[in-house]
Amino acid sequence: MKNVSSVNRILIAVCSLLMISAYFTPLWQISLWAPQYPEGLNMKIWIDRLSGDVDIINGVNHYIGMKHIGVEMFPEFTYLIYVFGFIIGFGILAAIIGKRWSLYTFFSMIAILGLGVLVDMYLWGYDYGHNLDPTAAIKVPGMAYQPPLIGYKELLNFLAYSGPDTGGWILALVGTVLLYAVITEVMQSKKEKVLA
Amino acid sequence: MKTRLWLLAGATLAMALATGCKPKGAQSALSGDAASKVYVAPGQHDEFYNIVSGGFNGQMSVVGLPSGRVFKAILPVFSVHPENGWGFSEETKPMLNTSHGFVPWDDLHHIAISTTNAEHDARWAFGNANNTPRIARVDLTTFKTVEIIEIPNSGGNHSSPFITENTEYVVAGTRFSVPTGDDASRDVPIDTYKENFKGTISFISVDKDHGDMEIAFQLEAPPFNFDLARAGKKKSHGWFFFSTYNTEMAHTLLEVNASQKDKDFIMAVNWKKAEEYIKQGKGKKVKAKYAHNKWDEDTHMATSVIKEEVLSLDPRELKDIIYFIPCPKSPHGTDTDPTGEYIVGSGKLAAIIPVFSFTKMLQAIENQDFEGSVDGMPVLRYESVLHGEVEKPGLGPLHTEFDGRGNAYTSFFVSSEVVKWNIETLQVLDRVPTFYSVGHLMIPGGPTGKPHGKYLVAYNKISKDRYLPTGPELAHTAQLYDISGDKMQLLLDFPTVGEPHYAEAFPASLIKDKQVKFFPLEKNKHPRAAKGINDARVERDGNKVHIYMTTIRSNFRPDNIEGIRVGDEVYFHVTNLEQDWDVPHGFAVKGANTAELLVMPGETATLRWDPDRVGVFPFYCTDFCSALHQEMQGYIRVSPAGSNVPLKYSTGLTE
Repeated sequence: MKNVSSVNRILIAVCSLLMISAYFTPLWQISLWAPQYPEGLNMKIWIDRLSGDVDIINGVNHYIGMKHIGVEMFPEFTYLIYVFGFIIGFGILAAIIGKRWSLYTFFSMIAILGLGVLVDMYLWGYDYGHNLDPTAAIKVPGMAYQPPLIGYKELLNFLAYSGPDTGGWILALVGTVLLYAVITEVMQSKKEKVLA
Repeated sequence: MKTRLWLLAGATLAMALATGCKPKGAQSALSGDAASKVYVAPGQHDEFYNIVSGGFNGQMSVVGLPSGRVFKAILPVFSVHPENGWGFSEETKPMLNTSHGFVPWDDLHHIAISTTNAEHDARWAFGNANNTPRIARVDLTTFKTVEIIEIPNSGGNHSSPFITENTEYVVAGTRFSVPTGDDASRDVPIDTYKENFKGTISFISVDKDHGDMEIAFQLEAPPFNFDLARAGKKKSHGWFFFSTYNTEMAHTLLEVNASQKDKDFIMAVNWKKAEEYIKQGKGKKVKAKYAHNKWDEDTHMATSVIKEEVLSLDPRELKDIIYFIPCPKSPHGTDTDPTGEYIVGSGKLAAIIPVFSFTKMLQAIENQDFEGSVDGMPVLRYESVLHGEVEKPGLGPLHTEFDGRGNAYTSFFVSSEVVKWNIETLQVLDRVPTFYSVGHLMIPGGPTGKPHGKYLVAYNKISKDRYLPTGPELAHTAQLYDISGDKMQLLLDFPTVGEPHYAEAFPASLIKDKQVKFFPLEKNKHPRAAKGINDARVERDGNKVHIYMTTIRSNFRPDNIEGIRVGDEVYFHVTNLEQDWDVPHGFAVKGANTAELLVMPGETATLRWDPDRVGVFPFYCTDFCSALHQEMQGYIRVSPAGSNVPLKYSTGLTE
């Protein structure tokens, strides 16, 4: 298989290195506003932990029987650091190898990781919003409290927002840049086929 | 759908780029004329008196509406008030006496202003002591607490002090059910709650001329938690409605265990029926120890009497006193509308507000339309008593008041709003946000048959960012709304004293010309009054020294006192000789462990002082009384124990 262009090779390397930021920046955030919380409650999800107003959110949500959010709730925290490490390592390797297949494989890994995280988030959100304690003080018939995957949603007296945080945006940028690299390589390979 | 996705994506992007930027809430803009509606020009008077509970300060405060100006930050009731000697002076100490002895503090949640024919007459304000169960009566001509009665067999007097339409009774429903009776029946395991605990409801009669209270009878209700209450009025006069929660009868982790049933009860009490049974001699005298404290306006002192028994009625045997109306999810407020026909139950965890009809209730009772019973007391069928449900009103309904024009206003704690709805049609008409998390709300005359539906005040539980911050504990806040139009309009935020729960307001004209300006000296029957400067003297009685002292602008008589010894008990009996409005004098002496006195014109008050060391100690007037207030002072000399310095006192003598 053919080598990637030198520009793309640099992009692969840069993207691999950018992904290291995932260890130092929050990936995702969930915010809540209510009349009595005009300043909002904000929870940040990191690669291996949570931060922000988690305790206050737990305090508010227990009235409707939502589970207590804690690190133990996310087994992902125990292995995501290795998954990221593996992908970053492969990215650096891909830049060294410099073949198209290595770029395609690297991009696929990131795409699968991204999709996987979104599906995982959705499933968690579904469980968190639907699987309520039957002994909860406030039970509103027919009401579920699944947080939005991305964007805003009104849940009783709360407005909820969910979306990427700094690390998440960097990952999105990495994905976009690699997509660009993949597209340019695919176009180049088509050109090569036509020429051949 | 596509546009929506794009919008979401756009919003997401905007959010990420500007973290902390919050979506536009329902922050209602103040319209331009709000200021003029609450502006009471200097020298002008407010339209309404607002008597406000102080919550955890155990006191009341007096506020003017619509200005929100505070006239009396603290009107002492259940807590000591060093500022004027309440609970420190010898005369006031008995007011805070209980069967547990002297209790210096309580938690005052609710106010009831006396009524005649279901309209405010504003002769007295009643307040409840939540912690050590008591009811106080404040005289609204002197703004002084004149009577406190302890409620035996009660634990947490929350469902109190609501009154009947002619102030025949003020009630006290126990929040915590507790075991009652003799020592053996009170010393029981907590997990025998269902068998051994009682939910006692007390009816305290109020003398219609003088206001004096007596516990008329107690009802032994099931061990529920009684939360709030309202009397029936007009057509429902003769009935009283108590909200209950924890009909699960849990005794631990009530947050969960008392929130399980879909319906708790509003307990309807036919007190006229109870009166009939008492006339027939069906009541049973039972032993119960409680204090009854009264203030005497002539002697300017309180007396405390410990009483030993109450009249008890057992509604399990005496039929037709109690009926239960099922009411969704731990009802908090139970409020009767101005006509007396409708009873609104606010289930604090419910998604609807049920409105019950008194007429239908009577019908259901007549038809024996019951769905069950509790200890032999019938439970009425919900649907048979229901007038209708307000759909989707908001989250966390707590209390409802009325404007007299057919509308109800309910406070919502969780969704932090006041919602206006029509009682007949049950339609939601308007909603306004409160800042934040409203508890009680109040319309002048709102609980009576004649509301003055011009203003509504929301007493909020959280103030957060509404005022300049003051450390971890922020100001408690009230908000005034204009409700005279179709739409409610926020006019004013004002900070409050303590943490108000309920309050009532009534037209100022009812009492403002009836205020006591001073106490006539000739009527002063205090045994140690010095009614003129010639009565000023010092007398020794063993180790007790009585100083009969007078105050008048700007001197104390006597103001030089000698012959006091370490170990003496010194009593300053201070009589204010002034006979004019607004001239109290203060009295403070160095090292007093008993705070100070504020003595009203014509009044006598006593401060005990236990000198613990030798020296000459100054005393002075603390209430700025005149141009020569700073000269109003004196000295008292203390000699060693056993000293021979003769008792000597004087004023104005120079050698």
